[in-house]
Amino acid sequence: MSQVNRISGGQIDRAQEFKFTFNGKAMQGHPGDTLASALLANGQRLVGRSFKYHRPRGIFTAGSEEPNALVELRSGAHQEPNTRATVTELFDGLQAKSQNHRGSLEHDLMAVTDFMSPFLSAGFYYKTFMWPRAFWEKLYEPIIRKSAGLGRLSMQEDPDIYDKGYLHCDLLVIGAGPTGLVAALTAGRAGARVILADEDFTLGGRLNSETLEVGGVPGAGWAKEALVELAAMDNVRLMSRTTVYGAYDHGVYGALERCTDHLASSGGKPRQILWRVTSKRAVLAAGATERPIAFGNNDRPGVMLAGSVRSYANRYGVTPGQQVAVFTNNDDGWRTAADLVAKGVHVPAIIDVRDAPAVCDVPGARHIRNAGVVDTIGRKGLKSVTLTDGQVIPVDCLAVSGGWNPNVHLTCHQRGRPAWRDDISAFVPGRDLPPGMAVAGAANGAMTLAAAMAEGQSVANTQIEALGYKPSKADLPRAEDEPRECVPYWHVRESTKRGWLDLQNDVTVKDVRQSHREGFRSVEHLKRYTTLGMATDQGKTANIPALAIMAECTGKTIPETGTTIFRPPYTPVPIGALGGRSRGRDFRPYRLTPSHNWAKENGATFVEVGNWLRAQWFARPGEKGWRDSVDREVLATRKSVGICDVTTLGKIDVQGKDAAAFLNKVYANGFAKLAVGRVRYGLMLREDGIAYDDGTTARMSENHFVMTTTTANAVLVFRRLEFARQCLWPDMDVHLISTTDGWAQFAVAGPNARNLLRKVVDEAHDLSNEAFPFMACGEVTVCNGTPARLFRISFSGELAYEVAVPARYGNAMMDVLMRAGREFDATPYGTEALGVMRIEKGHAAGNELNGQTTAHNLGMGKMVSQTKECIGNVLSQRPEMVREDAVKLVGFRPVEKDRGLIAGSHFITRGDKAIMDNDQGWMSSVAFSPSLGHSVGLGFIKNGDTRMGEIVRAVSPVHGTEMEVEIVSAHFIDPAGDRLRA
Amino acid sequence: MIINHPLLGPRDAAEFVYLGDASLIERPDWQADDAAEAFHAYGYLRDNPAGKHAELWYHEQGDRSWLVVTRDTTTHEITSVEMARDVARAKGRSK
Repeated sequence: MSQVNRISGGQIDRAQEFKFTFNGKAMQGHPGDTLASALLANGQRLVGRSFKYHRPRGIFTAGSEEPNALVELRSGAHQEPNTRATVTELFDGLQAKSQNHRGSLEHDLMAVTDFMSPFLSAGFYYKTFMWPRAFWEKLYEPIIRKSAGLGRLSMQEDPDIYDKGYLHCDLLVIGAGPTGLVAALTAGRAGARVILADEDFTLGGRLNSETLEVGGVPGAGWAKEALVELAAMDNVRLMSRTTVYGAYDHGVYGALERCTDHLASSGGKPRQILWRVTSKRAVLAAGATERPIAFGNNDRPGVMLAGSVRSYANRYGVTPGQQVAVFTNNDDGWRTAADLVAKGVHVPAIIDVRDAPAVCDVPGARHIRNAGVVDTIGRKGLKSVTLTDGQVIPVDCLAVSGGWNPNVHLTCHQRGRPAWRDDISAFVPGRDLPPGMAVAGAANGAMTLAAAMAEGQSVANTQIEALGYKPSKADLPRAEDEPRECVPYWHVRESTKRGWLDLQNDVTVKDVRQSHREGFRSVEHLKRYTTLGMATDQGKTANIPALAIMAECTGKTIPETGTTIFRPPYTPVPIGALGGRSRGRDFRPYRLTPSHNWAKENGATFVEVGNWLRAQWFARPGEKGWRDSVDREVLATRKSVGICDVTTLGKIDVQGKDAAAFLNKVYANGFAKLAVGRVRYGLMLREDGIAYDDGTTARMSENHFVMTTTTANAVLVFRRLEFARQCLWPDMDVHLISTTDGWAQFAVAGPNARNLLRKVVDEAHDLSNEAFPFMACGEVTVCNGTPARLFRISFSGELAYEVAVPARYGNAMMDVLMRAGREFDATPYGTEALGVMRIEKGHAAGNELNGQTTAHNLGMGKMVSQTKECIGNVLSQRPEMVREDAVKLVGFRPVEKDRGLIAGSHFITRGDKAIMDNDQGWMSSVAFSPSLGHSVGLGFIKNGDTRMGEIVRAVSPVHGTEMEVEIVSAHFIDPAGDRLRA
Repeated sequence: MIINHPLLGPRDAAEFVYLGDASLIERPDWQADDAAEAFHAYGYLRDNPAGKHAELWYHEQGDRSWLVVTRDTTTHEITSVEMARDVARAKGRSK
């Protein structure tokens, strides 16, 4: 049998054997083991290398506070670094590897750093890699990057899925140890909706690791009975493998449930679930974490926390060593000795720093009073310890107890500060708890079993009583108040060798003293200067001892020296869980236009426009590049007819008796007198007078308008209109509905647009220019009775309509339009041709309405009414915004016709130097105009409207280009507008 | 955070969009002699209190109500939630 350290008892299933590997070596364990307990059972003491000095390290704890035993799990894309072996459930086939070494774990080439340690003390990086500056990028950083970090990422996409969920409860009980179980029973029996969550896979907390009795039976047995009762209650939800990692506002808690981490494969189910728990009240029963004592070479594999050694023996049936000495400053350490001896493990000595009688009788163990450990021997595994009096005791494991710290972490998440309690030499929760939270048990400083259970009941009663439930008066099962005397004792002063405080970050007693000497005395500075308390364990075993050393240096008490408070998360939360399903394409899902399928079938190339995916152009065989397609689409539209899906424009239904008055307030131009059956262009300003959005609004009937917005601003405009309706003019009878997704809308543009639509729109509707002129609108039917809306509006400058049908008919409508248009060579066009045509026509779009330009700049200053109340008109008249020499939107064409204009170029008067002081404006939009055969541009230039025909230079230092351009009208095509009125 | 919507009960803050100081309801009179100065103050000047702050939240992923939420900016404690329309009316706004 290879499980050389397996002893009797424990909550493992010995009937079943799991095979696993560590660094390729085959090992065995059982269901109920953690990877750590199985490694110890197999006699594997060396499990990793330390972060900075690459010191050999072993398993230090039996829980989530583990600083040392970080391993890589699994392989391929499933490989996961920096996983704590102490919380990893063993499963059959598990592959684990040690990390942070070059070469093998036994012979780490980086271990040389340990011998350089005199130079690598606190602040080493800050002091060393300062100069010469040029060395930073080429030399220092590559070296640091290579030697830094712990485990390695797989560099492949995570193949698992992660989920998010919401939970609600009256009482959230955090921690399922004796306190939490009593609290949950108390609240559950009273009928409250309870969630009981614990990070462990077996609920019961320390009861599983102790030999203490509850109600006359072993504690672990009582816990199982309690869980059976809780599981039978409909109002209680038990959540094992669930870490409540953060306390947020208003009773919201974050919790991470590890659903399949303990299985060889997630089998397609979510691996982890990130829960947002909304609770009315919470009981924090998170227990306590043991802390070590610092002494020379206290980081050897085999030096462990005493309570953890006890866990391995009692819960897992494993002894971490064959000769286990105990080093303690408190009564609790004695329990480890007693429990080990009861299991037949030899305990040669109990070294107690106190000069006090034995706490209990431990057969075979020498009680060495008033003594400490000054040094250890055994680089890759403990061989002996040397005491203050010089005697050497051969051991292969040393169980160290420096007392217990209440787990106050979640009480600090809303800036609560813990308070010091001298009687237990530890911080307990302060007065400022997150609202709704109460703390009970060891987390609150009730360190003995009976006291903790009593507090679990009383605190739960207080919490549920506040919610209207009847408190429980039931007698608690009998439990003892075990001895827990503890004296403050943080490090062995007689020790001359380095004594570790933070095992994960290699921070020693010497580093804290140096930090003090160099002036980094506040706890926050200490942390940052020495890296104390960083990384995966967040200093759970290190912070308080380090604080005590700093207090010693400053000559102050520990509470005077201060404490750091904690932020979420309590233990690491994978980014994958925080991301949940929102990853890859699902991070930002596309919105598809109603004619998307038609476009796909007809060779469209798509482009992202906001969240939308729109057809950019429709390539045809033989076309060599996008320009070929776009030029063809423009020419075909201007020659005959083109069709474009314009559904993405925002559509807002505005209805009510005051609809017209409302529009009159939100648009800068007048809308009160728009006739029924007519459409008007509208310009919206921001309250500061800058142009905001534009579009057309159609009056379908007296009290019914249909507004369109730009694609990008659809959501924002709607939000603004709701603000205006509810907050500014609350008594207006006006109602808004977003109908962007409700209607599929198509632009039908070109000289044959009317001819085409006559084949689609039912005959009853007269489409003649007289009956349905430019800027007309109306309800019609198409294809024999399908309801539709028709607007005679034009973005292209051609005779054009937009026809809207209920969105479900969108794809069919595109097909109908194209079939009807066959005789006219109707052409589908995409966003590029749309853009070319609007530039040719001189219509402003996003590049011009860029949040910096005013109506005055856009040449629409006269549209801004000063005779009515509307958003933005007051501030739009500020002197700077209406100055005479303001930039104006005009057109540009290259003097040398074969040159292509460049958007973003700035205009410089001929003869002036191309510097910012001589800046005259900028080119905002350019396109090649197939209609004119040269490049055309829109841009803003000072006094542009009075400079027609002038030639200026368009300079783009970014592109390194400069060319002469002529200022022309922005309306390159049909400036008189004859075509769109045809 | 949880916002106790006057019509819909407690709702998660993630359903809302935040705008800012509820003084935005008090839009000045456009015809007043000092309209330019008043609109300047309205548009640009805000108190930034450490403590109670009346602010506008929009229930965009819900019923589209604008709410006035009085929140302590140092603790996130919410002491009142009102319909912005009611607040606007109480301040004399109408059409």
